[in-house]
Amino acid sequence: MDKIIIGLIVHNHMGVMSHIAGLFSRRAFNLEGILCGQIEDGTRSQIYLLVKNDIRIKQIIKQLEKLYDVIDVSICENYDQTLFDRLHEFNNR
Amino acid sequence: MKYTGAEIIVKSLEREGIKIVTGIPGGANLPIYDALYKSKVQHVLARHEQGAGFIAHGMARCTGKAAVCFATSGPGATNILTAVADAKLDSVPLIVITGQVATSKIGQDAFQEVDTYGLVLPITKHNFFIRNINELIHVIPEAFRIAESGRHGPVVIDVPVDIQKQVIEFNDWPEFEAKTDIVEIDISEIEWIAEKINRSEKPLLFIGGGINASESTDLLYSLSKKNSIPVTSTLMGLGCFPSQDSLYIGMLGMHGARYTNYILDEADLLISLGVRFDDRAIGKANEFCPDASIIHIDIDHSEIDKIKESDYSIIGDVGYMLNHLIPFINSNSRSDWISRINQIKAQYPNYYQETKDIFYPANLIHVISTLVEPDTIITTDVGQHQMWVAQTYPFQHPRTLLTSGGLGTMGFGLPAAIGAALTNNNKRVVCISGDGSILMNIQELATLADLNLNVTIIIMNNRQLGLVRQQQELFYEKNYFASKFETNPDFCAIGRGFGIRSYDLDGNDKPIDILIKSLKEFGPSIVNVPIHDAENVLPIVPPGAANREMIGVL
Repeated sequence: MDKIIIGLIVHNHMGVMSHIAGLFSRRAFNLEGILCGQIEDGTRSQIYLLVKNDIRIKQIIKQLEKLYDVIDVSICENYDQTLFDRLHEFNNR
Repeated sequence: MKYTGAEIIVKSLEREGIKIVTGIPGGANLPIYDALYKSKVQHVLARHEQGAGFIAHGMARCTGKAAVCFATSGPGATNILTAVADAKLDSVPLIVITGQVATSKIGQDAFQEVDTYGLVLPITKHNFFIRNINELIHVIPEAFRIAESGRHGPVVIDVPVDIQKQVIEFNDWPEFEAKTDIVEIDISEIEWIAEKINRSEKPLLFIGGGINASESTDLLYSLSKKNSIPVTSTLMGLGCFPSQDSLYIGMLGMHGARYTNYILDEADLLISLGVRFDDRAIGKANEFCPDASIIHIDIDHSEIDKIKESDYSIIGDVGYMLNHLIPFINSNSRSDWISRINQIKAQYPNYYQETKDIFYPANLIHVISTLVEPDTIITTDVGQHQMWVAQTYPFQHPRTLLTSGGLGTMGFGLPAAIGAALTNNNKRVVCISGDGSILMNIQELATLADLNLNVTIIIMNNRQLGLVRQQQELFYEKNYFASKFETNPDFCAIGRGFGIRSYDLDGNDKPIDILIKSLKEFGPSIVNVPIHDAENVLPIVPPGAANREMIGVL
C-alpha cells in the first residue's frame, strides 16, 4: 500500500493541531490529509493522518509519540481511503 | 490565600528551588517583575534576551537542573529564540517565561505582539500558552517536569499580561509528581548485550551528552576499565571520561583526532551511550564503523535507528542500564586490541606541533590548561577556537566544558560563563572565545561587570571568521570573501569601557605572567591574544565525506 493512515488520540485544545502539522513540516515528512474531530466529552480529539508509506514511517510515529499532547498513536490497518478523496463533496451539498 | 498570576509564577519557581533567574523586564512582563521585587529569588539583569537565555544555559548545563529566564513580549521573545533552539539541540533543561500582550488584544497586531507560541513550537520540547489563570498553578511545575524528565529540553510558557495581574484565591498548592525516568528493564536484554560485549574482540565505547545527563561518568569508567574498552567521545561528551586515561581515544568526527577516526574503522562492536549519531560526529552515515555491530542505549526512543540502524538497542537512562550491565561484564585486558590501538595512535598522532609559542593556538590552550585547576569550567564560543579547545584541552571532569554543540551558536561563551560562575561561587570560569564570536554577545560584559564574577575571557584573535576562512581555503578555491574583518576593535578599550580589567598579549614580553594574573586575580578580566591568522583546525573531514577521508593526515 503506498499510503497509510495514522490514528491519533490527542488532548483537545488550541495548539495541538499546530504541534502535529509543525512536526510534519519541520521534519520534511509529507502529510497528505487530515481529518479531526472531538470525541468523548470533548476533552480529547481523534485525528486521522493520511501519509505516504515509506521507510521513514517508523521515525514519524516515534516523533508523534513524543508530542506532549498526543495520548495514543496507532496505524489503521483496514480503512476506507476514499473518505479523504470525497471531502470535496461537502462543498456541493 | 489570594495570589496574582505573577505571584503564582514567582511562588512556583521558589517551590521548585529556584534561587536565581535572569532576564529583561518590559511592558508585558512587568507584573512578574513586581512579584519578583517582593521575593527572595535573585534576578540577574542581562543586556539582551539572548544573553539572558545563555546565562540560564550556563546555570543549567553546570548543574543539570532546569534554569529559568524571563523575556517580555515581541522583541523580547524573538531575541531569546536562539537560546531556546540551542537548548533543544543540546538537550538543556531551560524554562523560558515570556510576557504576552493582554488576552483581549491577542491577534490584533498590538504593540510588541508576536506569536510566541507559534515561533517556539518547533524549537521546544513543549510550549504552553496560558489562557486561564487556573492553568498557571499546574503549568509551571509541569514545565519543570517536562524540562527535567526523559531527554531534557526547553519549555516556553507564554503568559498574557492581564493574566499576570488577575487575582485568584486558593488554599493548596498542587503536590509535585515524583520525577522518575526509571523503567522496568528486561534482564535478558542486559545479559544479551553483556554477552555481545564479552564476546567481541574490538569493542569501542562511543559516548555523548547522555552520560552527563544521566550522571553516569563513574559507571562508564567502571565499564571501560573492567573490560578494557577504549572510549571515544562526541563534543557533548567531552569530560565524561578522563582524557589522559590510556583507554581514551579522543573525540571522533569532522575534527576528531586522526587516530580516532581510523580506530573506529577497525571496531567490531560499537557500544553507543547517550549519543544521537550527529553528522559532525559520524560523517557519512553508511560508511561509519563499517565492520561494527551497533548497540545503542538512549533515553529518547526516536534516536534509535534515526540515522544509523542499530543491531541491538535499549531505551532508557544510560546510568540505570550501566548499573545493571556491569555485573555481567567479564574482566578482560584485551591486550591485542589495545596494542593495535596504540599502534594506530603512534602512526597517526595529533596534528599539532609542540612549541613554546604562545600565539600558536594549540599551545595557548595547553598553557591555559596548566594554569588552572583540573575542574575549572571552560566555556567556548563557536569556530576554530572551539575546535582547538575540543581537540587539545585535557578535560577530566563532567560538565567542565560548556559549548554550543548542536546549534553552534556564536555568542554562547560569555553569557554561559556568567551563568556557570553564578552557580559556582568559588570557581574560576574561563571563556575561550574568538574575535568574531565575542562580539555577538559583547553587551553581556555589562552584566559581568555588575556581578564582578571570577570569569576570565580569552579572545583568540585572528582578525577573521577563522573557520569560514578555512573552509573557503579548503573547499571554495581560496575565494576568500566576507571572512576577514576590515577593522579590528580594540578589545582592551572595550573591556575597560565596561569597567573590566583588560590585557593585550600583543607585543607583551611576559605573556605567561599576564595569563597567570588574569586567571588568578579576583573578578572578571579580558585577555586579547593575537594568534597566528593562517592556522587551520585539522584534521577536517570534508562535508558529506566518510570520517576516514580526513584532510590534514600526513
